[in-house]
Amino acid sequence: MLPACGDNMAAPVRIILEFGGGAELLFDGMKKHHVTLAGQEQPWDIKQLLVWIQRNLLKERPELFVQGDSVRPGILVLINDADWELMGELEYQLQDQDNIVFISTLHGG
Amino acid sequence: FWSKEMSEDVSSLKAQLEEKKNEIAILSRKLAQLEKGQTSAPELHHKVTSLNPLTEKPALSREDILRYSRQLLLPELGVRGHLNISKTSVLIVGCGGLGCPVAQYLAAAGIGRLGLLDYDEVELSNLHRQVLHGEENQGQAKALSAASTIKRLNSSVECVPYHLQLTPDNALQLVQQYPHITSVVAIATSSNNVPTRYLVNDSCVLSGKPLVSASALRMEGQLTVYNYQGGPCYRCLYPVPPPPETVTNCSDGGVLGVVPGIMGCFQALEVLKMASGQGSSCSQQLVMFDAQDSRWRSIRLRPRQPDCAVCGEKPSVTRLVDYEAFCGSAATDKCRKLNLLSKDQRITVQEYKCLLDTASPHLLLDVRPLVEVDICSLPFSLNIPLSGLAERKEDNLLLLRDRISQLKQQMAGDCQPAVYVICKLGNDSQTAVQVLEKMMSGSELSNFTVKDVIGGLMAWATIIDPTFPQY
Repeated sequence: MLPACGDNMAAPVRIILEFGGGAELLFDGMKKHHVTLAGQEQPWDIKQLLVWIQRNLLKERPELFVQGDSVRPGILVLINDADWELMGELEYQLQDQDNIVFISTLHGG
Repeated sequence: FWSKEMSEDVSSLKAQLEEKKNEIAILSRKLAQLEKGQTSAPELHHKVTSLNPLTEKPALSREDILRYSRQLLLPELGVRGHLNISKTSVLIVGCGGLGCPVAQYLAAAGIGRLGLLDYDEVELSNLHRQVLHGEENQGQAKALSAASTIKRLNSSVECVPYHLQLTPDNALQLVQQYPHITSVVAIATSSNNVPTRYLVNDSCVLSGKPLVSASALRMEGQLTVYNYQGGPCYRCLYPVPPPPETVTNCSDGGVLGVVPGIMGCFQALEVLKMASGQGSSCSQQLVMFDAQDSRWRSIRLRPRQPDCAVCGEKPSVTRLVDYEAFCGSAATDKCRKLNLLSKDQRITVQEYKCLLDTASPHLLLDVRPLVEVDICSLPFSLNIPLSGLAERKEDNLLLLRDRISQLKQQMAGDCQPAVYVICKLGNDSQTAVQVLEKMMSGSELSNFTVKDVIGGLMAWATIIDPTFPQY
């Protein structure tokens, strides 16, 4: 049975989070996370997602992932295989089944 | 007095001697020519000098047709495409894991000129991925070693090996040396530190050259063509450099040699497409390769940014700047040294050796990851990886408490037990000391004195025990 939602409550959002380029090392080396974000009045956006990740997935050294309310320089955010700059960055509203990728730039060779 | 006969003998001998002298001169010339031909090993450049324009080939020779027949048959390339390739100059910044395959495939395909830049010498730990260098090249300048191998592969390719570090003072002059005949000039970079990446990017933007950039680490690779056909430059994507402590290099993170091999081949492919006239399809694209999952992924990037500091509408960077200051890190691929602790919180490897020699009771805590402990370790050390400490994993803490209380029992009176923390180079060990001190002040651990060993196990290997492995 689906949980009853209040009139103003949006349904939970199921998304796939991925970390790569070394960013996965901050998440126990796990590259792919299937995540359900609880229903809330306002739609989820990337800014809120970053807070959620810090509270629920990121355990140590948050400074290696976030800076202020955004990601730290050197991490590229991809929304459904596109640069987040094309999608509204922090303001992008998450849709069910979205694929959000955090890629740390590599510097080896 | 000489008789008539004698003087005849003398003049005959003189004539014979003259003849032999001529023969020797001819042989010496022949030998010199042969030796010159064989060791036409390219001359190593220690500074940027101006190069002569490439001589343009009007048509393919019979030998060219035979040599390049398989690529001439490609409708996408054809004779025109091949001739374009033979007129192209490419500067390769870094002759390492990426630069080697780039140079190899460009040379094999008949590129006109290759600038091969590297300031390093060949080391044993390079050979698993830097495939142009051999065992006999150890200690040789990488640029020269790469150029000699390339010459053996294709003697018609002009190689210019540069044994120098790219700096804001020489970069622009060097990059501008690679604009010959065709308008397509690609700079392939495999330089793996952040200041050099910004330096190469800005040099390319300021001289209007595309940049075929790739990187590889552990089991992953990334590739983008910057500053090409309206696409973004590196600064459009990364306007602010990453904090230095977030950057991992190959000697820290490790890399499987074939991964930069694949990415370097990919760079060579894009350069050849651009040089031949087909164009690259990687502008405004980030191609990511995950070698673990055998997965390629192509990401659509933002276009050129109007507010970009170097390629935007009102650029603030109009000449090369101080990139080490901009990035807050050195333009070197060597490991950086942290300084988190005060002098009295650290001991040298010599001091630690004295502790061992006097059998002073203590605990040596090795905070490297297990994969490194498997390579080598000191037999009496206790291994708890830094991540396990930082995350306060319960079984790790239990182990540590146990060993400290054992130590306390061995000691007389109310002496504080001593813990010495060691890692590979003496960076993580400092972080670990801070973590442990925090745990003591939070009463998670009983009190002990804790210090780290300066320079870590690699200092131990160089200064105290030369039989200890280095990696």
